[in-house]
Amino acid sequence: MRPAATTGAAAVGAPSAPASQRAGQPSLDAGGQSATALVGGIRAGRPILAATAVLLAALVIGISIGPADLSLGTMARSLVEHLPWHPDTGVAPLDAAIVWQIRLPRVLLGALVGATLAGGGAAYQGVFRNPLADPYLLGVAAGAGLGATAIIVSGASLALLPAAAFAGAAAAVVLTYALGAHARRLGDDTGLVGGAGPGTGAGTASILLAGIAVAALFTAAQTFLQQQHTQNLQVIYGWILGGLTGATWSQIALIFPYVALAAAVLLAHRRLLDVLRIGEAEAGSLGVNVPRLRLVVVVAATVGVAAAVSVSGLIGFVGIIVPHAVRLTTGHSYRIVLPVSMIGGAAFVVLADAAARILLAPAEIPLGVITAAAGAPFFLFVLRSRRARQGVA
Amino acid sequence: MIAAEHLKVAFGSNVALASVSLRVAAGEWVALIGPNGAGKTTLLRAIARMIRADGNLVIAGRPVTSLSHRKLAALIAYIPQHPVLPSELTGGDYVLLGRTPHIGWFGTESATDRRICAELMARMGLAQMAQRQLGSLSGGETQRLVLARALAQQAPILLLDEPTSALDLGNRVDALELVDELRRERSLTVLSAIHDLTLAGQFADRLVLLAQGQIAAAGEPTAVLREDVLSRAFGAGVRVLRTDDGELAVHSRRRRV
Repeated sequence: MRPAATTGAAAVGAPSAPASQRAGQPSLDAGGQSATALVGGIRAGRPILAATAVLLAALVIGISIGPADLSLGTMARSLVEHLPWHPDTGVAPLDAAIVWQIRLPRVLLGALVGATLAGGGAAYQGVFRNPLADPYLLGVAAGAGLGATAIIVSGASLALLPAAAFAGAAAAVVLTYALGAHARRLGDDTGLVGGAGPGTGAGTASILLAGIAVAALFTAAQTFLQQQHTQNLQVIYGWILGGLTGATWSQIALIFPYVALAAAVLLAHRRLLDVLRIGEAEAGSLGVNVPRLRLVVVVAATVGVAAAVSVSGLIGFVGIIVPHAVRLTTGHSYRIVLPVSMIGGAAFVVLADAAARILLAPAEIPLGVITAAAGAPFFLFVLRSRRARQGVA
Repeated sequence: MIAAEHLKVAFGSNVALASVSLRVAAGEWVALIGPNGAGKTTLLRAIARMIRADGNLVIAGRPVTSLSHRKLAALIAYIPQHPVLPSELTGGDYVLLGRTPHIGWFGTESATDRRICAELMARMGLAQMAQRQLGSLSGGETQRLVLARALAQQAPILLLDEPTSALDLGNRVDALELVDELRRERSLTVLSAIHDLTLAGQFADRLVLLAQGQIAAAGEPTAVLREDVLSRAFGAGVRVLRTDDGELAVHSRRRRV
């Protein structure tokens, strides 16, 4: 069937390989060069540029929309007012204040929150190798909800709410990790959790189960507090549904260090998340310290998401829908999915917030309702159009 | 290259490896054979340090406890029986993953990494698979890509867990011939678990027969592929035949004739 191989210079080519490759040591100057071009690695430049263009358009739309009818020129000139050595723009002070003090902080806060939720979701999906993972998976939402509810019912200043929500979110994830690690040690000893030792997914399974338990516990506590103080129900509910109403520059300053740090750490690990796509065991055999990678990514994503929800409330669905839409349209490498999800998540939340403001104007729809209601059909549309494209190809 | 002394692995109360001592010399091909559950995979995973094991393990002259994850990955390339193959990943990007031990925690693949992978793929006749997605490839093609990924690690030791189990008759021989050629070309040390006893005897320098977590027999194929030894280890009737060109062929007997 094939010539007997006697030395290292024997035939190895596939039946269809060109003769130059089959003849022992192939002529690499020919075959190798074309192959170098083929093993090109992953290029994220174009998807990032396209997503950035969408984000810029979303920002313009976000700033344009509002009860006061301002022209694009007025808005542009209002922004120019804040440049150093700007020329005299002649914008009415009220218009300038609407753009600078009301619309711009709201749009920018929405962009920060959206980028963090979508990037955090993509990171969680990568590190747990689970397409259903979202940034609230390990109890962030339940913890933040409990912290926020505690502040609201206690009658303390609502200025403390972000700090309390952040603390609750962080506490929930720390508890989840501790429980998960403990369950895993028990599992290693008793064989109760997962299969034969590390690398078989037992580690992530126990952490995910712990996340469900912790979320249930914190939600129970939050519901109990809420039922004891029904007079605060509307405030609590408004926070839980999430929104950007009353966004200020100080809120942006408050969360910016956390979300920027989280984004930087997650982006720094994008190649390792790609290695993890072939599984924990094989990534480990390639020299990746998987438990350390998981801890660093989870901590970074959690810090960012906790900071985001502390000012925006629990905006749902962004962390699942945006990364999957990115995968379906551009690619599965985390070198593309992470940055494009961040940019696309920012655009998605800015646009959703614009819709929340105008659909029932002058009333506002809770942003979380819009993201869920708009996200689901959009996701179906992406899925469908991709299927159709594959059907043709 | 590999010196293991009294390796022990237990999952809870279930002892998978009792006390296994094994040496594999540089450039040697040793095949692990034995019935299901004998501990072949466990031994490979213990040597690759993917599971905790008691005992002494020295790789390339260095105790494994002194090696970091990355240093060990630069010495040992491991191919599991069922590698995870993300269907959207292209062949070229998959082989590039093998360069991971040579790239820093925050680094990215260099032009050198890409050239090494491209040359390797050309050498293995895989150049035309660089841009194809793994989901569109046949079992034989993916098997060669997995081997290419392991060789891209440029580790002197290759651990293979049942490299041929998913392949048909012709692809099996092709895959093992390829391993044999590349190991001679690159002076690799190979330790592999192989189910097929005839193939194990054809390709390996030495065989190690595991049964119930212990070494039941070890040595050259003629010393291990014996009817009495195999019948006892596998608990089944076995005949060992010699072909015209002097190779051993292992043939199982039906329980009732």
